[in-house]
Amino acid sequence: MKRRDFLKNSIVLVAGASLPFAALDWIDPKELLAARPDLRWGFLVDTHRCVGCGFCVKACKKENGIPYDANVTRTWVERYVVLKDGKVLADSPKGARDGFTTTAIDRGAEGMEKVRDEDIAKAFFVPKLCNQCAKPPCVQVCPVGATYQTADGVVLVDRSWCIGCGYCIMACPYGVRFFHPVYHVADKCTFCYHRITKGMKTACVGACPFGARQIGNLRDPADPISRVILTQRVGVLKDAFGTEPQVYYLGLSKEVR
Amino acid sequence: MKGHVWRPFWVVVGIVALILLVRFFVVPSDFGIGSRGYMYGWHRAGNEQDWKDFPVSYRFENSREDCGQCHDDKVAALASSPHVIIKCENCHGPALSHPDHPEKLTVNRSRGLCVRCHAALPYPTSGRSRIIGIDPATHNPGVPCVECHNPHHPNLEDM
Repeated sequence: MKRRDFLKNSIVLVAGASLPFAALDWIDPKELLAARPDLRWGFLVDTHRCVGCGFCVKACKKENGIPYDANVTRTWVERYVVLKDGKVLADSPKGARDGFTTTAIDRGAEGMEKVRDEDIAKAFFVPKLCNQCAKPPCVQVCPVGATYQTADGVVLVDRSWCIGCGYCIMACPYGVRFFHPVYHVADKCTFCYHRITKGMKTACVGACPFGARQIGNLRDPADPISRVILTQRVGVLKDAFGTEPQVYYLGLSKEVR
Repeated sequence: MKGHVWRPFWVVVGIVALILLVRFFVVPSDFGIGSRGYMYGWHRAGNEQDWKDFPVSYRFENSREDCGQCHDDKVAALASSPHVIIKCENCHGPALSHPDHPEKLTVNRSRGLCVRCHAALPYPTSGRSRIIGIDPATHNPGVPCVECHNPHHPNLEDM
């Protein structure tokens, strides 16, 4: 082999090897369009407005057929009480299905912890539901293809296909998934897919008397929730996990996990 | 080649054929990659319709107009009270089928419903502290609130 040929072949080999396989992929314009349709459901929670009545939790359970007395729920409300000495107390008895009716904090096995009114520095309520992440880890771990994300961004579970392995329940950093006690499959908030696809709002949004919950289309800049998200200071939960949650919060505090 | 080489080969071919045959019958035909690709969209397409077909129970959006078609006196009384922000169905239960099956509606008259908002919680940074509150343990315990208060027009001066 001549030196000229050796150099020529080396350059071709290096150039060829450095070409990623992705560059040889044929880009389908339909696929590109589907990746950015004109509808993407999103949610806005205004924690300033929430008073912890729990009507959202009650309505969600009744609308979606979640056993009312079982300790599972698709949405719940958390109470955070920050004391003047810096101690953070948080609870959500029965997911706040019956609201918060006492100043004592539910500490689980330790019982109810009494809090003196004068010790409270700040206290507030935070509604939680599925974040319908842009990169949902719960979907990635499903071994059978029972959970998936629709084109409009809602993560659903196929009840006839789920084998109940529980991987997705463990994978969700927000703990929104649970095992359905009747169907024995993974269950989660669907953004009331049966309602929003008929032009209605979700049950929790409809039930909230204070307008703390809103649902809308993130792709429409004129949508009320898009306007807030684009123009005001909103936060998301557990940003560091890289899941790109699509439930935005107004008035999020650092104590909220 | 001898039979002892071909025999395991045919066994493997048979197993693969059996798996493909079972797969053909068990996996639904609409199973495949959705618009979100392999990682997030691998599913049975028909399930999206299954979820869309889930029955609706609450009407919520237009409940005041809908309910007012028959119960206009209640809706009118409510209009001038602070309780106007609470949707009818929050206390009266899911009512989408109510016009067709009027007897089905069960009204929640319990104390528990009222103290969701009216149990006093002195939280300075929450809207809760701006709602008139009582201590459920000392404020006429055991008596349903609706014995004294009219939920559709709860003004304390009118009592």
